[in-house]
Amino acid sequence: MKKFLLAVLVDNKPGVLTHVAGLISRRAFNIESISAGYTEEPDVTRINIVVSVESEQELSQVVNQLGKLIDVIKIVNLTLEDSIERELVLIKVQASKESRADIINVVNIFRANIVDVTTEDVVIELTGGESKIDALCEVLREYGIIEIARTGAIALSRGPIPVKSM
Amino acid sequence: MLMNGAQAVLESLKKEGVDIVFGYPGGAVLTLYDAVYQMKFPHVLTRHEQGAVHAADGYARATGKVGVVFATSGPGAGNLITGIATANIDSVPLVCITGQVANPYIGKDSFQEADIVGITTPITKHNYLVKDVHDLPRVLKEAFFIARTGRPGPVVVDVAKDVFDTKFDYKYPENVTLKGYDGQYPTDEKAVDKVAKLLVKAKRPLLFVGGGVTTSDTTPLVRKLQEGLGVPAVSTLLGLGCIASETEGFLGLAGMHGSYASNMAIQQCDLLLCLGMRFSDRVTGKIKDFAPKAKIVHFEIDAAEVGKNVPVNLAVPGDLRASLPLLVTKLEAMDAGFRDQFAPWLQHAIDMSREHPFGYIPATGPDDVIHPGELIEQVSKLSGDDTIVVTDVGQHQMWAAQFYDAREPRQFITSGGLGTMGFGLPAALGAKVGKPGQSVVLITGDGSIMMNCQEFATLADNDIDVKVIVVHNFILGMVGQWQRLFYHHHYAQSELKGKTDLVKLAESMGCKGARLTKAGDLVTKLPQLLQEKGTVLIDVYVPEEEDVLPMVPGGKRLDQMVLAKGEEK
Repeated sequence: MKKFLLAVLVDNKPGVLTHVAGLISRRAFNIESISAGYTEEPDVTRINIVVSVESEQELSQVVNQLGKLIDVIKIVNLTLEDSIERELVLIKVQASKESRADIINVVNIFRANIVDVTTEDVVIELTGGESKIDALCEVLREYGIIEIARTGAIALSRGPIPVKSM
Repeated sequence: MLMNGAQAVLESLKKEGVDIVFGYPGGAVLTLYDAVYQMKFPHVLTRHEQGAVHAADGYARATGKVGVVFATSGPGAGNLITGIATANIDSVPLVCITGQVANPYIGKDSFQEADIVGITTPITKHNYLVKDVHDLPRVLKEAFFIARTGRPGPVVVDVAKDVFDTKFDYKYPENVTLKGYDGQYPTDEKAVDKVAKLLVKAKRPLLFVGGGVTTSDTTPLVRKLQEGLGVPAVSTLLGLGCIASETEGFLGLAGMHGSYASNMAIQQCDLLLCLGMRFSDRVTGKIKDFAPKAKIVHFEIDAAEVGKNVPVNLAVPGDLRASLPLLVTKLEAMDAGFRDQFAPWLQHAIDMSREHPFGYIPATGPDDVIHPGELIEQVSKLSGDDTIVVTDVGQHQMWAAQFYDAREPRQFITSGGLGTMGFGLPAALGAKVGKPGQSVVLITGDGSIMMNCQEFATLADNDIDVKVIVVHNFILGMVGQWQRLFYHHHYAQSELKGKTDLVKLAESMGCKGARLTKAGDLVTKLPQLLQEKGTVLIDVYVPEEEDVLPMVPGGKRLDQMVLAKGEEK
């Protein structure tokens, strides 16, 4: 299985997410993560899809089938471009008086931030690639992870050319 | 111009050249229907929403125009689903306008509310929910544009009830501006050049004609191509008629119930030119061994079809209306003596076709039973060159594909991809409405006809003339065939030996009916029945245990056909 991050520009209209989600489920595509948000253009939404495929043929099916949707404007496979990929995670970890110093240590090593503290827990914020986030989660597991929220990956190409002009 | 949303819908339909709507009224579309009443808009009231959508589909397939359907919210729109899916998989242009509950009631589980946009998303080319009357003209303009351009398909426009009631200043847009869709499908000249080069090197090229040829109305070009190259041709179910069946070198239907010659030609050819088809599993047999000796060239408007099921050596992108003229012109200019080059192969294909035609044991006397193949051959003989044949789904459909001589495109209308029983009667109705000057014959089965038999009432009340031939074998024939072959002859819930009198059924709704039981009736009774005025149900008794052959069992190669009972190639 190989993973690819697709930047999908779509019309910012009602029903778009239904169409994209409907297609993914109907064609039984393997989606690792999906995230959507506004862009520099008010009528365009950018959907970031991380898809995992067995073959090039499967990848081209994902791209071509998505491309058929009327409200899809453009699809670029950013994994095949020189690009920066990031994901944001919030992790709530059990933190007692005894363990808190250790956790802060870990947070510093990973260059993460503590964004909330109570007597029983801390909430950690980290931005990075998937493997870095996975590594932090792994280390924090022994302290007791209460819950995790991840955004899924987003990406931009390097250099001045935007996806819409690629 | 000041008008309400309902009037705006009908004005927009007029601007799109819509001359008839198939539909069924209900609560959420009362205002729309009031506009139909006041503007006297041509409309056929079917007896079921499913009848309406199949009728619009039959109309669209027969005419090439967009079929239009009206239905109310919830159950009304829900009854369209099978018909929309049928049209979607066969690339038929439809615009379905459904009522939705009024804006304040949306999302509240209101009376007759269902999320039709959600439900139809996987089975439409596109769909809309219109909540603001000011969006209505643009959405309708886009809906027709999307339905009829590119690879056509159904578009659903779900309109909140209060939108129909709201008055506004109506103006129909001149153009469509969609960021993600321009409806343009240019071809690639380099790819076309490569096809010409492949032909120069080929010894055994074969044309594979798909439904895209029908849809794009490129039949004359395909005929020219086949004639000019002197190559054999085979067809998918939806491509039947594009090459007239009596054409020299036309081998007929390919695939699961295709001809011996078609399937062998696919396995033997060294170059397979596939025109507007999607390599359905009914066509390919075991995919890994499909056309093993051939370079496969795929002419296809829909990029997502290329390589989806079968890997291809060369894709010629774009509309056949762009690629085929280019190819034909280039080949003519080359003057390469293709006919001589391919003559031995063409002769080989013709020989295969002559040695292994679709066959049946003919009746030995007038009191003999009627063989379905003989019945359909007789219907074919009695039909004019412009007769439109519509089928339902099952054994009779395959016999029709095998024994009916389809002569022109848009004259063999059948539910291919979805295989929808109950499609036939309403589709025949729609085809006749679209082409009133042509005879329409429905070939159906005793299973299929009962699904949507309520449309006999629509046919009678609107004086629509369809000849309905029921291939009546007292069983769900195709189910029975598979049960005989693969399920130890267990007729699990497939027998139809009830008390239903189909002749009386038709008569009860105002149509005529007749019954044929012996071979002699095909000569003495059938010709007159087909000449009668008005809809006639012709109930033809045939033996129960007839198999559709040849047959490529699921998962087998195309050359592993069962040719006759107990015989395997």
